Amino acid sequence: MGDSAIQFRNVSRHFGEVKAVDDVSLEIRNGEFFSMLGPSGSGKTTCLRMIAGFDRPTSGQIFLYGQDVSHLPPYERSVNTVFQDYALFPHMTVGENIAYGLMIKRVPKDQQKKQVDEMLELVQLGGFADRKPSQLSGGQRQRVALARALVNHPKVLLLDEPLGALDLKLRQQMQVELKSIQQRVGITFIFVTHDQEEALTMSDRIAVFSQGKIEQVGTPAEVYEHPSSTFVAGFVGTSNLVSGEVAGRITGSDARFSIRPEKIHLGSPGQSPDSDMFFADGKVRDVIYLGLYTRYLVELDGGGDLVVVEQNLKTTSMDVMKAKNQKVRLLWKKEHIRYVGG
Amino acid sequence: MPSKSSSLSGERASWGLKIGAIGAILFLHVPLLLIFLYAFTTEESAYTFPPPGLTFKWVPQALGTPAMQDALLLTLKVAVLATATALVLGTLASAAVYRFDFFGKEAISFMLVLPLALPGIVTGIAMRSAISLMKIPFSFWTIVIGHATFCVVVVYNNVLARFRRTSGSMMEASMDLGANSFQTFWHIVLPNISTALLAGAILAFSLSFDEVIVTTFTAGNQQTLPIWIFSQMLKPRNRPITNVTAMLVVLITALPILYAQRIAAGTADTEGGSK
Amino acid sequence: MLNRISTFFYLRPKLVLALLIIPPLLWFLVVYIGALFTMLINSFFYLDGFTGKVVQEFTLKTYAKLLDPTNIQIFGRTTLMAALVTIACIAIAFPLSYYMARFASPRMKTFLYLAVTLPLWSSYVVRVYSWKLILAQEGIVSWFARIIHLDWFLGWYLSLPVVGGTSLAISATGIFIVFVYIWLPYMILPIQTALERVPKSLIEASGDLGATPSQTFRTIILPLAFPGVVAGSIFTFSLTLGDFIVPQLFGTSSFYIGKAVLTYQGTSGNIPLAAAFTMGPIIIMIIYLLIARKLGAFDAL
Repeated sequence: MGDSAIQFRNVSRHFGEVKAVDDVSLEIRNGEFFSMLGPSGSGKTTCLRMIAGFDRPTSGQIFLYGQDVSHLPPYERSVNTVFQDYALFPHMTVGENIAYGLMIKRVPKDQQKKQVDEMLELVQLGGFADRKPSQLSGGQRQRVALARALVNHPKVLLLDEPLGALDLKLRQQMQVELKSIQQRVGITFIFVTHDQEEALTMSDRIAVFSQGKIEQVGTPAEVYEHPSSTFVAGFVGTSNLVSGEVAGRITGSDARFSIRPEKIHLGSPGQSPDSDMFFADGKVRDVIYLGLYTRYLVELDGGGDLVVVEQNLKTTSMDVMKAKNQKVRLLWKKEHIRYVGG
Repeated sequence: MPSKSSSLSGERASWGLKIGAIGAILFLHVPLLLIFLYAFTTEESAYTFPPPGLTFKWVPQALGTPAMQDALLLTLKVAVLATATALVLGTLASAAVYRFDFFGKEAISFMLVLPLALPGIVTGIAMRSAISLMKIPFSFWTIVIGHATFCVVVVYNNVLARFRRTSGSMMEASMDLGANSFQTFWHIVLPNISTALLAGAILAFSLSFDEVIVTTFTAGNQQTLPIWIFSQMLKPRNRPITNVTAMLVVLITALPILYAQRIAAGTADTEGGSK
Repeated sequence: MLNRISTFFYLRPKLVLALLIIPPLLWFLVVYIGALFTMLINSFFYLDGFTGKVVQEFTLKTYAKLLDPTNIQIFGRTTLMAALVTIACIAIAFPLSYYMARFASPRMKTFLYLAVTLPLWSSYVVRVYSWKLILAQEGIVSWFARIIHLDWFLGWYLSLPVVGGTSLAISATGIFIVFVYIWLPYMILPIQTALERVPKSLIEASGDLGATPSQTFRTIILPLAFPGVVAGSIFTFSLTLGDFIVPQLFGTSSFYIGKAVLTYQGTSGNIPLAAAFTMGPIIIMIIYLLIARKLGAFDAL
């Protein structure tokens, strides 16, 4: 199958009446950082588990580099997983944890030590080999889990919401580290998360899941700027959705469209729009100052409201608060709207 | 759960409460201590208090009594076999209950605890009825089977509690890293439940060693140590020997229990990440 | 290779479940449930007085025997003893449980917990035996009574009917004391657990709303501790009903249920009657358990 690392062909997973995964077809390319994004219960974790082998599809097939692995147990697949709760073995040291896969394959002891040390360097935990997991912090345990998986040189690495338990700063730091490790090691990473910002930060491509189905697959830019459905538009970044009468007044047709808040400019009433822009009049109902940017909730004259976001390049908090209850004209480029279906 | 050393809102225990509590503890323990005292009395056939004198001579005499030795040997053999059986059956049952959902799952836990929950004579008479109805002769094995039956739940509870405390994804992680089910069991599962197995085994052993009610009904002519002590209690002679034996029994059953509780609880603390 | 065997089972979880659950299940169904069943069957047979053999046909004669006045007396005596023992256990256990649950520091609590459970595991026979030493005529209680010049009281007490006897060691009072001693830990632990579960915030709220400590105790703590009390009473009641060791060692010639059962199945070989007798405690306990469940006792276990 050439360049394709993982292929799902019409895969479904039913639990009695519930369709956790509903006829999913997907192709993940060799060497890419691929994210599966969606809310809880959307089927993304189930798909991951089926790639790992902890779960088997009710119907359909899963291919790993061209080989049908749908019914192979996990220990027969060259796929390794980083678990959400790290799943480190408490009765073993860090070194023994990492060496576990090698030990099972009967790699000679000196080889094991060498590879373990290499891995520890890679995840910046050099010298930690003799510690026990209970002595490590959350971030450190996560890195051990990563090292333990990578040392086996799997063809594909699966990561199940690995950063969920970390605080914000640490999470952002790990996002950068993970991405750089992936590029250095060069293998395919499949990353499950419900945090759209995380997916946008790290991925080469994203698959957005909802209710057991894939809504859209694309690069971060594609998914963000050209959402193919209202779900994607709403889930990936915030978006304004306009339809019906209100849409008609703005665009001339009542087809539903979405427009990203940062694309809208807060102008003064009566300001004349360029020919390639849409406009709408209204009053600022709410101002939320968020340091880096300010979020405005604008109530449109004809009904409905839009969220507008502007960077505080020159404005301070005092300045932006003055905008409350002011009349404004919102302007944005016509090409920035995206018509969406259901 | 953290708690303050005195109760909330600065309330301190009243003196009456403290006396009541201390009294209860003393009530529980003084009789046992008296046994130890009596094991060394010089007097031969009565329970005079205070003891006229103290001596060690009864200890070797007690250890040398053939009837006592036979009873002790029998009790040990029964306890070992019953514990071994309980370990196997209890671990199998707890593994099944932990990993699978099936029809009648809650009933299993209930059924396993019945032999201990129902009064001893119920279990005793039930076994007795079965033995006589099916015309099986009383033997060593009838005793073992009876003991094994009420020991299972002790192992089951311990191992199940430990299973529930281990992270389920550990077994998946092991398989993910290339180990099949057997290797996973050996390298991951067994080390993690080993102390629970040990604690369960010690508890089962103690339970079996000490048991007298069910054994009376399933034993026929043989005497386990508790039954021997019981029969001695009705005879005025050889009291000091009985006393020494009693003291030994306390030591054999109580000390391992303390140890078992410590190891079963100790691993809980370290997993809780107290540091 | 092992991998193949492992995969074989991995793909067939139901088979694994069967292999795991069948041995213990089979054992219990055959050995235990089967035994209970044969006991029930046996209770419907009867012992032919002439041949001394058990006649294996269905009859209610044996159950009818339970209604003999002596047997009714046995049931009544045992049940009364069980009730008295239960009440005494509650009275002695409560202060200790209360202290453990509410005033003990964590270290003290662990120590007390061990102190309470240790007797439980230290050989029932030996603990019973220790009271033989204590209550004997020449034992420590008499010695103590003599010291404080109350031996005349002891003598008078022992001459009373029903509660007295030849010595404390052979009397209903003796039986009573030993039962309370033996089952006490079974009462302490559930009460302590129930009391521990009373959230401190409730007590604080009560005080905050103006209740005095004793009012709080009566209206908040006691009702919430009640399920624990009931749970403990299940043990004390049930264990007393079935015990034959203590009445045998400390009793006068009057029979208790346990003793009756033992005698019937032993020398007289009257298993049907023994079985029928045993049904008595079972039924009493089932009723007791149903009431207890209504009162919420099972949450405190």
